[in-house]
Amino acid sequence: MVRSLFISLNSEFYKSRKTLAFWAAIILPVLICGLVALGFYGNADKVLKMNYPGLILWAQFSGATLGVMGMLILPFYVMFMAFSVNNIEHKNDTWKTLFTQPLNKFSIYAAKYLYAVMLLFICLFLFEVLTITSGYLLQALVPKFTFNDYNPLVLLTKFYSKLFLASLGILSIQFVLSLLWSDFLKPMGIGFVATIAGMITANLNWKYAYLIPYSDPTLALRVTRTGKNAKIEDFPVFSQEIWVSLICAVVMFIIGYFILSKRNIK
Amino acid sequence: MSNFAIETVGLNYHFGAQTVVKDLSLQVPKGSIYGFLGPNGAGKTTTIKILLNLLKSPADQVFIFGKELNANRIASLKRMGSLVEQPAIYTHLTGKENLINRCTLLGIPKSKSAEMLSLVGLTEAANKKAGKYSLGMKQRLGIALALIADPELLLLDEPTNGLDPNGIIEIRNLMIELTTKHGKTILVSSHLLAEIERTATHVGIINKGELLFQGTIGELHDLSKPVVKIETNDQAAAANILGTAGAELVQQDENTISVTFKGKEDMGNLNTLLIQNGLVVYSINKERKDLENLFLDITSKN
Repeated sequence: MVRSLFISLNSEFYKSRKTLAFWAAIILPVLICGLVALGFYGNADKVLKMNYPGLILWAQFSGATLGVMGMLILPFYVMFMAFSVNNIEHKNDTWKTLFTQPLNKFSIYAAKYLYAVMLLFICLFLFEVLTITSGYLLQALVPKFTFNDYNPLVLLTKFYSKLFLASLGILSIQFVLSLLWSDFLKPMGIGFVATIAGMITANLNWKYAYLIPYSDPTLALRVTRTGKNAKIEDFPVFSQEIWVSLICAVVMFIIGYFILSKRNIK
Repeated sequence: MSNFAIETVGLNYHFGAQTVVKDLSLQVPKGSIYGFLGPNGAGKTTTIKILLNLLKSPADQVFIFGKELNANRIASLKRMGSLVEQPAIYTHLTGKENLINRCTLLGIPKSKSAEMLSLVGLTEAANKKAGKYSLGMKQRLGIALALIADPELLLLDEPTNGLDPNGIIEIRNLMIELTTKHGKTILVSSHLLAEIERTATHVGIINKGELLFQGTIGELHDLSKPVVKIETNDQAAAANILGTAGAELVQQDENTISVTFKGKEDMGNLNTLLIQNGLVVYSINKERKDLENLFLDITSKN
């Protein structure tokens, strides 16, 4: 079964390396981090006038990326990617061939799911790496910046880990929706409406917003100080919205397999 | 050990309330080319999907090389290659990449892909996107994908669909070569008898989910022995006379009597015999049903 899983995962990479979903995982971070860095470089004078200490400068710099990414682009990328991973089989009518290979059915399914999770991981990992490297690059270009005064590694790793974990719920729901329906509009339409609803409930600070997986990425980016003297990095990674997202991911993963194994392949 | 590559025992399959396959007992001997014939919608593709475990069959009804399919899914699939309906091809990958991807899934060396491309004559189009292939090229690629693991049993669902006459002949020759030289077993479905007739060693005819005929191609030919069709002014008397003279009556209705054809001379003797007995012979002629008509007869009966 492990061998089946590895083989299927290998094949998923091979199949999709020419697709937009795969390249978007790389292009999105490069593009957004690049634009933010360019903006900081171009407006270096204005930024310098504010006399930010290291931590705040990093917060401003990474916040520009995290804000755009976490609130808006990430949910849509997740929806598109979950759709694309399944659509490659719907579009080419290849589910039937996939399931006539001498491979364990669960492995084929799990590999697809895992592949989607890996794409999301790659995307967010690149975001963090590029944010940090571009920060230090700016420091080298504009020596007056205070990027050197604070090491953002722990802080950003925690933020991006939270964002990653908080997105798994959405990813799993969208994955199953895309597995069920071959057309673009149904999963995208549902995902779009749910994302908007999630953002609204999160921003309205509704008490139970954390129960909606679509609110979780927005909620995950909120910083709550744990105590007066606590360092800013001390916020917990596994907050309640993260747990909701993880539970949702596990449940949807199981439901997805159930659907696939019961369904006859037409 | 079973002598059948495929055996189904009273297989039934329903889509909701609709019965698609009814009490089907296929027996595909090892090393045969089994022509699986039937009009469109007869249940051929459904049967092939059941044989591939894409559609769940009830337990103990489907056996591949003597092993129950549901309990031995992966082991059985390892021995099978298939082409179901339109070939399933990733259109954004090239022909070669499609084959390499399959090699990955099957755990076989990637070099096998070049070999397959030349076998189906796609070497020159290897690096072209499969989505840009013509229908015939896609079909060839589909066949290459089915063959790549060198399976003992091939299930081909209308493999010559969309191929030009040359392509059809190539596939035909390939099938014959695979069975005679490499000892493979092939189940090939079609709605055209003429296409199957030249290659198949065994034939199964299915309509509305029921198997109407199963046997060797010779047995199918035997069903269409030539007959002498006779029309007279008194059919009952004619039947009586012919019967006592030792002719084998095949069929009799108000207008015609058919007896087994034994030769031209015998046909003349029958004529003389009838006339000597005072009957008026309106017509007497030799008839032979070709297989195509026989097929139509068999499939339109139920």
